[in-house]
Amino acid sequence: MTARLVDWFDRRTGIRGLLHQALDEPIPGGARFAYVFGSGLLFLFLSQAITGVFLALYYVPSADHAHTTVAYIVKEVSSGSFIRSLHVYGSSAMIIVLLLHIGQTVLFGSYKGYRELLWLAGCVLFALILGMAFTGYLLPWDQKAYFATAVGTNILTEVPWVGSSLKQFVRGGNDLGTLTISRFFVAHIFVLPAAIFAFVGAHVFLFRKAGAAGPPVRAQARTTESFYPRQVLMDVAFTAVLVLALGVLAWFIPADLGPEANAADTRFLPRPEWYYVPVFQWLKYWPGARAIVGIVVIPALVAALFAGLPFLDRSKERRPWRRPFSVGGFAVVMLSLVGLGVQSRVQDERDPAISRQLALQHDAVDAFMKEPFEPEVTAGARKVEKAAFVNTTVAHGKDVFAAQACDACHGADARGSESAPSLVGVAARFPNGQLTQIVKTPNAKMSDGGMQPLDAPDPDIAALVAYLESLQ
Amino acid sequence: MTEQTRRSFLGGLLAFGTTAVGALLAIPLARFSLDPLWRTTSGVLWSDVGPAADFRSMTAPMKMQVAIEQRDGWRKVLSEKPVYVVTRGDGRPRVLSAVCPHLGCSIGWSDAKKQFICPCHNGAFAPDGALLSGPPPRGMDELDARIEGGRLQVRYQYFRQLVPTREVLA
Repeated sequence: MTARLVDWFDRRTGIRGLLHQALDEPIPGGARFAYVFGSGLLFLFLSQAITGVFLALYYVPSADHAHTTVAYIVKEVSSGSFIRSLHVYGSSAMIIVLLLHIGQTVLFGSYKGYRELLWLAGCVLFALILGMAFTGYLLPWDQKAYFATAVGTNILTEVPWVGSSLKQFVRGGNDLGTLTISRFFVAHIFVLPAAIFAFVGAHVFLFRKAGAAGPPVRAQARTTESFYPRQVLMDVAFTAVLVLALGVLAWFIPADLGPEANAADTRFLPRPEWYYVPVFQWLKYWPGARAIVGIVVIPALVAALFAGLPFLDRSKERRPWRRPFSVGGFAVVMLSLVGLGVQSRVQDERDPAISRQLALQHDAVDAFMKEPFEPEVTAGARKVEKAAFVNTTVAHGKDVFAAQACDACHGADARGSESAPSLVGVAARFPNGQLTQIVKTPNAKMSDGGMQPLDAPDPDIAALVAYLESLQ
Repeated sequence: MTEQTRRSFLGGLLAFGTTAVGALLAIPLARFSLDPLWRTTSGVLWSDVGPAADFRSMTAPMKMQVAIEQRDGWRKVLSEKPVYVVTRGDGRPRVLSAVCPHLGCSIGWSDAKKQFICPCHNGAFAPDGALLSGPPPRGMDELDARIEGGRLQVRYQYFRQLVPTREVLA
């Protein structure tokens, strides 16, 4: 039965051939746990895409609703806090697994042997994922999101010549506001994911074209083993660990949401998400005119060296202990980042004023999380206060307008509805007492539209006409 | 066991495992997306009309604006709706919706005729809201009302138009 069904599909899709190609790919030297990180990343990306799509069911990307809708997800919607937590922690997990993936590639020298484009596609993916983390961080529009993004986007002004224009482009204006949310949202859910899908495709294609690199020691690569079953099992085992870790974290320590962004809070100390803390600390060392060196020149050099690795390290040698510059350089950069992160934490803890403020901010987040959800209040219908009418006749006319149910068709403010036109400026069309005449005896066109002749005492009609004439 | 059967057994185990884990992960997603279905839809709360004493010695129906509070997902919508307070034989106030059961125009009270008149199609209703003449299929719709702590309260609802019986719209 199953075989016949598979036959049916195979005839039409060639599924057996595809599966064979996918599963029987030879791995020189056999399956290893060192090779699981790529599939882990793919799984995490899919998990982020799925949870992200679901979060978009309730999220509204605008400065006046973003925070309320995220609070609604966290505090009211069933499983909302869990799904948001999976998404929040998933972003951190992606960075961790990405670093492991890169570390393994650098250590094994797997970028060698006609794999420059494979490496470059990976570099682009690295940048795109950092972009996802940065754009996603703003969307909840709470205090830390707002201020961390304010700092993050300010860095752009250090870019020579176009810096301030670049900052304005990214923010959609001089300051962080509702246009910034729109831009970050579009980047986060349309532009960057589309690019990630494309580059993942390229990355996997180029990987299959070049073939698995295998272990760095040639003697270990004599035998080969197909991808299925042992490597598949290892990949699945790693993915299961990821699922379990994310699930347990999201279930027991749900991601928090702070109070809504308040630009006027001048005491708030922004601290980025852990993976950006080293960069945050690094920027402290480059004040004033030297900033351009630390913020633009050095990071650009490091990025260029990193992306250019397969072009610079061209020997056939893949054993890490024989490649001190590439492996050592990578280790130095990684350790520096860790050092900067630790340094930042230590400085925050040593400064009593800062640690006190950070504790206050932490308490504010806890307090907000304990508060029940507060729905956003919206006025359903516009209300015209009677006090707005200086002229008492006009005010009386407005009452007549309501009492005679003119508002039923012409709308509460005489601005029209589906069944009758707006009366704003109607006096100009019927001057010199014609208006009084027309409300008492509507013309043929009005009668056809459902307009009833007005039957009311003359002072009421006079007041009504005064009200209609006041509509500008 | 041959290599072939071992491989397909493993494949089945993998397929079963991933399906099971996938199904487990789908539970929160289903709960999340189905959340609006499980919310009690009648977000209609009691709205204040005014002190009950004010409505005891009425000679004609009184038009009142009541503030309505409705939950709409993460929003709380505040709006004002007109209602008529009329008295029954026993002197207890009743509250009528001003929405015409014909096509939904706003019904007006004519002091001269001592009738409710719908301006759109000339439906006429008695001072207690009963249908007198015109196209409306039924009398004016009565809203749930109660007196709490000396104040008249109403639960504002919408009713289906063009049908002879009063059907509440959720």
